[in-house]
Amino acid sequence: MSFVKGLQCRECGQGYPKEPLHVCETCFGPLEIVYDYDGIKKSISREKILSRPKSLWRYRELLPIDGEPQAGLYSGFTPLVRAHRLGEALGVKELYIKDDSVNHPTFSYKDRVVSVAISKAIEFGFDTVSCASTGNLANSVAAHAAKAGLNCYVFIPDGLEQGKIIGSAIYGPRTISIKGNYDDVNRLCSEIADKYGWAFVNVNLRPYYAEGAKTHAFEIAEQLGWKLPRHVVVASAGGTILPKLAKAFKELKQVGLIDGGHCKIYSAQASGCAPIVQALKKGTDLISPVKPNTIASSIAIGNPADGYYVLQAVRESGGWGEAVTDEEILDGIKLLARTEGIFTEPAGGTEVAVARKLIQQGRIPRDESIVISITGNGYKTLEVVARSVEQPFKIQASLASFDELYLQLAQPAQGKALAGEG
Amino acid sequence: MTVRVRVPTPLRKFTNGADEVNGQGGNVRALVEDLDRQFPGIKERICDETGKVRRFVNVYVNGDDIRFLQNLETSLKEGDAISIVPAIAGGA
Repeated sequence: MSFVKGLQCRECGQGYPKEPLHVCETCFGPLEIVYDYDGIKKSISREKILSRPKSLWRYRELLPIDGEPQAGLYSGFTPLVRAHRLGEALGVKELYIKDDSVNHPTFSYKDRVVSVAISKAIEFGFDTVSCASTGNLANSVAAHAAKAGLNCYVFIPDGLEQGKIIGSAIYGPRTISIKGNYDDVNRLCSEIADKYGWAFVNVNLRPYYAEGAKTHAFEIAEQLGWKLPRHVVVASAGGTILPKLAKAFKELKQVGLIDGGHCKIYSAQASGCAPIVQALKKGTDLISPVKPNTIASSIAIGNPADGYYVLQAVRESGGWGEAVTDEEILDGIKLLARTEGIFTEPAGGTEVAVARKLIQQGRIPRDESIVISITGNGYKTLEVVARSVEQPFKIQASLASFDELYLQLAQPAQGKALAGEG
Repeated sequence: MTVRVRVPTPLRKFTNGADEVNGQGGNVRALVEDLDRQFPGIKERICDETGKVRRFVNVYVNGDDIRFLQNLETSLKEGDAISIVPAIAGGA
């Protein structure tokens, strides 16, 4: 049974039926799902959730589907890793990594939003699904479309990493690479969505799609023993996930799954594409679009659709935001890998580096619980780090060769390099 | 001078369903005024009460966001292609 009453414009409040619509006809504001929270409160319980399979659908009352889940039955419920070694490196007491780099099936947080969007596309009767993407979303849409037997077109900017391109192509979609950056792709897709009757997960299905991001926060709270962390750091690109984390934390209280608590949320961006953090620091509501220039291609969105709502959510929560350079991003990737054994893409490196910066600034206190949301996987973006890791030592297949090498490696300077400082 | 304007679905009730219309104007501001003469009411959907382009509307001239150009003062020339696109779209 569904607890979705309909759609409503976030700006002017005009109501709309449950249809593939995303924009208010009157003011162009975004449409949001309206739930029957009283009904949900009566129906949902911790016991009920715990009795269900460990996927994002265990929170289905708070997701906008009408029937049974049709996609992503194994997506979500990623590990919340207690990060002792990274915590020590950052000088904080209680640190966790919410690790969506191992989300099923395409190793990014996008499997959450796409599970909901594809379920909804099937409910609406679409036979073709599509998206505008910096790579991760395209991977996820292509995989879920293959599983569901739907036609699929994915649109990406040119110049993406091989792992992101092949990571879509393998599932058999039509991949269209657009000359330009993500913002060019996004504009084109808005026009294509308008003309072709397809389910664009992040255009006409966006109100449904975006709700899937809440499950990242539901899981954090459940995995912490039904309580909120005090601080969460998450990257902002288009701005989908951050406001949805805030919404999810509110909903958990509203439907009685947690008793209280308050979480400050921090936005992480790359210095080469930080329109949201710039607006945050200027204290303005107006986001000036930028032309992205960063190695963090998955978050290189210069004109973030939900940027305004990121600002609102960060400010309401009492959080903040920071931007870090490409060099700091690479350091962040390596630090996470070498302390926690988790290999993330530049978006994740951004999150780690921003967390470090905010801790150093004293914005995030060292003695309270902190979650860093890791949203993507480093195996998709090998080129980015290829030159900043040690190359293999080539030797003959003889013990003497290794003995010789080992003597060299055992020199103090080299030994330190192996331990991760080099 | 005449330019082509792509009209998004939410505005097509003003243009009798047309997804592309012609407009006149030396810059984007004049074009919006001209569109409002042809299709009364369309201006207040594109611009807010202070006359600025609404927060959730993007306007492009030949594919370039006017916020990277001169906003409403961006000049137009014969045959330019203008797109009015809802801003709320995208993920990553």
